[in-house]
Amino acid sequence: MAIQLDSITYTYGVGTPFEKQALSGISLSIENGEFLGIIGHTGSGKSTFVQHLNGLLHPTTGTVTVNGVDISAKTEEAKTMRHKVGMVFQYPEHQLFEETIAQDIAFGPKNLGLPDDEVDRRVREAMQFVGLHYDIYAERSPFHLSGGQMRRVAIAGVIAMEPDFLVLDEPSAGLDPFGREEIFEQIIKLHKEKGITVILVSHNMEDISRMATRLIVLDKGQVVLDGEPLTIFKDHRQVLQSVGVDVPPVSVLIESLRERGLPISNDILTVDDAVEAIVEGGQHVK
Amino acid sequence: MLNNITIGQYFPGNSFIHRMDPRAKIIATTIFIIAIFLANTPLAYGIVGAFTVGALLLSRLPLNLLWRSVKPLWIIIVFTMGIHIFTTPGESLFSYGIINITDKGVAMGLQMGARLIFLILFSSLLTYTTSPIRLTDGIEHLLSPFRRIGVPAHELAMMMTIALRFIPTLLDETDRIMKAQSARGADFVTGSLIQRAKNMVPLLVPLFISAFRRADELAIAMEARCYRGGVNRTRMKELTITPIDYIGVGTVILVTVVLIVLWWLHR
Repeated sequence: MAIQLDSITYTYGVGTPFEKQALSGISLSIENGEFLGIIGHTGSGKSTFVQHLNGLLHPTTGTVTVNGVDISAKTEEAKTMRHKVGMVFQYPEHQLFEETIAQDIAFGPKNLGLPDDEVDRRVREAMQFVGLHYDIYAERSPFHLSGGQMRRVAIAGVIAMEPDFLVLDEPSAGLDPFGREEIFEQIIKLHKEKGITVILVSHNMEDISRMATRLIVLDKGQVVLDGEPLTIFKDHRQVLQSVGVDVPPVSVLIESLRERGLPISNDILTVDDAVEAIVEGGQHVK
Repeated sequence: MLNNITIGQYFPGNSFIHRMDPRAKIIATTIFIIAIFLANTPLAYGIVGAFTVGALLLSRLPLNLLWRSVKPLWIIIVFTMGIHIFTTPGESLFSYGIINITDKGVAMGLQMGARLIFLILFSSLLTYTTSPIRLTDGIEHLLSPFRRIGVPAHELAMMMTIALRFIPTLLDETDRIMKAQSARGADFVTGSLIQRAKNMVPLLVPLFISAFRRADELAIAMEARCYRGGVNRTRMKELTITPIDYIGVGTVILVTVVLIVLWWLHR
């Protein structure tokens, strides 16, 4: 169970004066159970890349296989595999259209041709998962919710497809810190409890470093770094800077404290760990 | 799916014709289009043809682009030629049953076909070499004398500019929503006509909502910057008439005068 990308390239507008190569030769394997973070500067090809994972874009050259099936094929099997990869776009609340929240979430499962009771079960489960109480929200209009709630409805709509892989493109963009925290908690929960493979695209280094088990850095349509977040932030800072990606503020702080002689370890990624380490390190200095 | 739609046909460049002022280009095109209808002799058609080809060469547009502008209208061209060939009275060249082709018919047909082709080529020259924004600027300037009789020139131009500005944005949005719904298993391609129309609902509802939201946001942003209509507004990019505009319009007028004279002689 994995997504395999074999030297894929993608060119926009082939044969027009606006031809632009967005991806150039990416080979990658996304294993089951991974939490993959993707970072890169604006225009590095992140969004183009993730759209290949469920066949919204087909590579100009190269192949994408999900569980060994080439998803650009026109077979039923390929279609099933494409539906195994759920996709949450940027500002997913802009895709809501139904009269009630329950109907909107049911759109995906219904398209899969599932029986009504199964659809209903999935809707209830997805709503519960994103923390929207079925009895209160099911019959409400999605357009009367707050931004954060709308986004949760949209994410529930994708979760109800019960994908094995979930791609999220900047899921926290435009939310306040509280809403962001909620969304990420749910994503972590999906990964841990349901064992869904998560592929997260983000600008926010802290979020990625906190959650991802593996990180790839894209630049000009190529993978420039691939590895554990900690290793990448620790050892490849110069590469990150040269491709226009910021290192998480925590790492920067820890690094400059170390330079000034505070005896703390440099394998810290979260704010909480940093606080602890600094307090401890401070005691040693005294 | 949507990336083969081109809006406005602007083809960037820096030729003589690209650099002409949009007002000069609109005036020159209008004059020349009228002049095309004055042509009534092979010599006059020759002049019109030579001038059109000259202008096209000067614009340095790729040939296939020009071909693309004529191609969608070939049915109309053939139809017009046909009507003239088959219905014009004159000396019979070929006759079978009710079909009667005359010498005058063939001549008329060819003339009409040529007129249409020149018309299409010359007017696409305007849209190919002028960016939509400059085009609306030009239209606004040319319409402004009519403000006195109540034509809201600035408002019209502003509406056109905003509409043009948002076409790519809405196309992007459409593309995004289509992808988001396809990822949820929506199908926009197969099914009966009614089924496909129904399948558009998940696309159209979000699209309308987003268009209204954008319109609302834009209106607020414009009001916050104290925007009000056209009176005493200055522009960031002023249109200026340069010598090339005099040369361009002058040449068109010269050709037109020649065509008028030829028309007068062969009335």
